[in-house]
Amino acid sequence: MATAGLTGATAVRPRGRRAGSRRTLERNRQLDTLNTDTRRAEFLAGLRAQLPLLLGVAPFGMAYGAYAVKTGLSAGVAQAMSAIIFGGASQFVATRLIADGVPGAVIVLTVLLVNSRHALYSASLAPHTEHLPARWRWLLAYLLTDEAYATAITRYRRGDAAPQGHWFFFGSALTLWATWQVTTGIGVFVGAAVPDSWSLDFALPLTFLALLMPALRHRPALAAAGMAGLVAVVGFGWPYGTGLLAAAFAGMASGMALDRALTTDGDAEPGAAP
Amino acid sequence: MTIWLIIVASGVVTYGVRLSVLVFVHHSALPRIARDALRFVTPAVLSAIILPAVLYIGADQHFSAGPGNERLVAAIVAAGVAWLAKNVWLTIGIGMAALWLLQWVG
Repeated sequence: MATAGLTGATAVRPRGRRAGSRRTLERNRQLDTLNTDTRRAEFLAGLRAQLPLLLGVAPFGMAYGAYAVKTGLSAGVAQAMSAIIFGGASQFVATRLIADGVPGAVIVLTVLLVNSRHALYSASLAPHTEHLPARWRWLLAYLLTDEAYATAITRYRRGDAAPQGHWFFFGSALTLWATWQVTTGIGVFVGAAVPDSWSLDFALPLTFLALLMPALRHRPALAAAGMAGLVAVVGFGWPYGTGLLAAAFAGMASGMALDRALTTDGDAEPGAAP
Repeated sequence: MTIWLIIVASGVVTYGVRLSVLVFVHHSALPRIARDALRFVTPAVLSAIILPAVLYIGADQHFSAGPGNERLVAAIVAAGVAWLAKNVWLTIGIGMAALWLLQWVG
């Protein structure tokens, strides 16, 4: 984007009436306009980046809503869970455990376990958001999901400074949030409207595949993906997402190990971050 | 009442996990080894989500790594498209089309 450098500049705020010469005011007005344009562009780009994921998320949300009322949750509880927990897999698990009459503390700890991978997303995105005011980080954390993470980190890794990248993150995450709330409602009140035979759930791994493949040109990233994939397949039957968690850690360790080995050999690949 | 308590507590712990490093712990306060490892979250997690979704299929979620696995074949085609074209919509379009075609033929 040609204006990226300019829009990253901080407008000089005139302190007091005298400090603001006409020139400074004019320059600030131009920067404000550019910033607004960039924010809108980033927000819309984030929204667009989320659209392919919605193909898979929408049927999933409907399936959750339909499943929740079928197992005996009230419509209000089923819908509230999507707003309060906002995590698909953990909502399915919590719904089943509530129906089974499992003690509340166990359910809460299980949800914590299923969603603990989000700590990795939080840590991975933190360097890109640490300049933001706290209210932004509280907002983005609430909206953080697998899908929001995958799209936002891809934006941040594109190489430019992305001074308004949080608007991309917000646009992408909010799009997913709204879809999840609406499709939960459809599932609750209408039922799962999309038959399984359409295989739309396959759109999720396909989108993640499209985001993953370009990163694999970097050998340590390839090692991370290979090891994580292997452990995830072996640990598929492990309870409450522990297989996915073990896979993430094994993959990260492998990527780091190969990266360090290559660097020690004097064979460092430039731009080590995948 | 109890159900609401469970859901709110589940929401609080989930939010806490998401807030962890974005708000509570400063990224630069993490040990060097953790920050090095965090660079590989993306390839590790994406791959860990993709592979089981492709290899465990059907209503019973059985393992299948052969050419009879339509999702696996479609994913390999899509991976090739993603590698060459780096385009999300094209990857999904060709991947879904491949899956539907294989399901229709098979």
